[in-house]
Amino acid sequence: MIDFLDKLDRRWIFLAMGLSVLIPILMKLQFPETATAQSQAVFEEIEKLKEGDPVLMAWDWDPASAGELEPMAKSFVLHCASKKLKMYFLAIYPLGNQMADNDIADVIKVDFPDLKYGEDYVNLGYKPGYEGVIKVIVNNLRELYPTDSRGTNLDQIPMCRNVNSVQDMKLIINVSSGYPGIKEWVQYASTPYKHKFKLVGGCTGVQASLMYPYIPQQLAGQLGAIKGAAEYESLVTEKYDPDSKREIYKEGRRRMGPQLIAHMLMIGLIILGNIVYFAQRSRGAA
Amino acid sequence: MTTTPRPDTNQNLKTFEKRVWLAVILIIGIVLMTRFFTVKEMGRYYAVDTGSGLEAATAVDKEAGVAFVDVDRSIGIWISALMTIGIFSFLYKDNPYYKVCEALFIGISAAYWMVLSFWTTIIPNLFGKLFPTWTQSWAIPGLPTAHEHDWWLYFVPLILGIMLLMRLFPKYGWMARWPLAFIIGTTAGLRLIGFLEADFWGQIINTINSFPSYASMIEAVNEGNYSELFKLSNAIIVVVSILACLVYFFFSIEHKGAVAKVARLGIFVLMVTFGAGFGFTVMGRIALLAIRLEFLIYDWLALDIVGG
Repeated sequence: MIDFLDKLDRRWIFLAMGLSVLIPILMKLQFPETATAQSQAVFEEIEKLKEGDPVLMAWDWDPASAGELEPMAKSFVLHCASKKLKMYFLAIYPLGNQMADNDIADVIKVDFPDLKYGEDYVNLGYKPGYEGVIKVIVNNLRELYPTDSRGTNLDQIPMCRNVNSVQDMKLIINVSSGYPGIKEWVQYASTPYKHKFKLVGGCTGVQASLMYPYIPQQLAGQLGAIKGAAEYESLVTEKYDPDSKREIYKEGRRRMGPQLIAHMLMIGLIILGNIVYFAQRSRGAA
Repeated sequence: MTTTPRPDTNQNLKTFEKRVWLAVILIIGIVLMTRFFTVKEMGRYYAVDTGSGLEAATAVDKEAGVAFVDVDRSIGIWISALMTIGIFSFLYKDNPYYKVCEALFIGISAAYWMVLSFWTTIIPNLFGKLFPTWTQSWAIPGLPTAHEHDWWLYFVPLILGIMLLMRLFPKYGWMARWPLAFIIGTTAGLRLIGFLEADFWGQIINTINSFPSYASMIEAVNEGNYSELFKLSNAIIVVVSILACLVYFFFSIEHKGAVAKVARLGIFVLMVTFGAGFGFTVMGRIALLAIRLEFLIYDWLALDIVGG
């Protein structure tokens, strides 16, 4: 048995992992989510804001990370739109602009048709330049963003007339899938200007553990990957959309079903791998 | 004792494997074709015309008969599904189908990045600053037409940009070193400041601030609240862990005796950190797999077993 496991083709493990994700998706397995301190902190930071407060929505992610980040991005938009905050979308990630447009189309245009572009929300678009963009716009937004993503002059957009820099925002919400992303917003925005505004965000699992040292002084709260997204989603929908039948507000929780089964398989495989390793080692010693 | 298979046995195995795969692909193809013609939702994107554009159709729209098949998006679904399967095929082994998908992805990404950077930076932030009226007339109608104060400074990035492109001409390639030196210098300086402020100085402050004050602890304990003690124990663990990790990476003293024990604790802390990072990464990767499978099952195959 030990020899069989030792020589097992890794493709059987790929197949097992695929099935452990596929079957819960087909069965639509879903479990209730209880918010942990981090998700609660993110929720509370947005809750503290008053109607009309300006919020920068830094959408630094792309379709490659949609599995983890899309549910939290939609929940952020739902939360801000429900509270009638002024949303300023921008991106320093190439496809962030399109992701913002998607969320605007899926959430604001469908569930908040009264909100008007240019008065309640605006998409400033993408700018390349990595952290250099953040460094400039914290002091002068118009230096890099003379127009919005549609090419309209910022002075012609009512909600942009009194906004000169990121320092005019009450809160920055960042959804991040890598570099440049949440770490750069901490380094070049929330750390040097910590008395001006706060930063909350959500990021991929790869980044999540690296961001904990910044909490809470430099980063008021973070949603770590799909687990954080599912918790935050349950907090937002419980308060602002309890009877919703829209599937887009359940994506985070729905994706936690495959997580449970796949993690159980992964733990089992780690234990099995260790048993095989130690059995082989003791055989070698004997 | 192990035996090496004879070359003709290997050849037979490969031929057999090819036949099996051909059969599997044929069966999948037949199932897909049958499903495509029998299930009207499979591989089709239904849309409704709202007057201001096309939107995804809901079940109500379909029942009302106002939804129609959006051919462009339906083709997109098929391309996306076939590309996803192509990338997954690498899990079995490297193959030409995977290579095509990979090459397409890289090529499209590079081209997209180039075009996007041109229209979001070169046009509004360089030409728009140097020649605002001209740029506004043909590219971005909303662009301000007045020159900014010190607008001529933008000739510097224009000249540096042209010098960078000289890499394409071997004879003048040396000219690209100047803008490269500028890029490396400014990036290094920018990142140094960011790391010093947020990661070095900021982290020292955060670690010290994580300790509760003596007065708040005494007051809380007197009220029967032990959360401040919990905070204190957390802060002590953080400080001890940081010091242990720093000792592990301090190689000027030989790791012997007490230093070795502290360094070992440092390794333990690092292992816990790597474990947490690995756990998060696994969670992320599973979520990515889940969204691709959801796409294949619901958006492409329109397969809903349990309903709802």
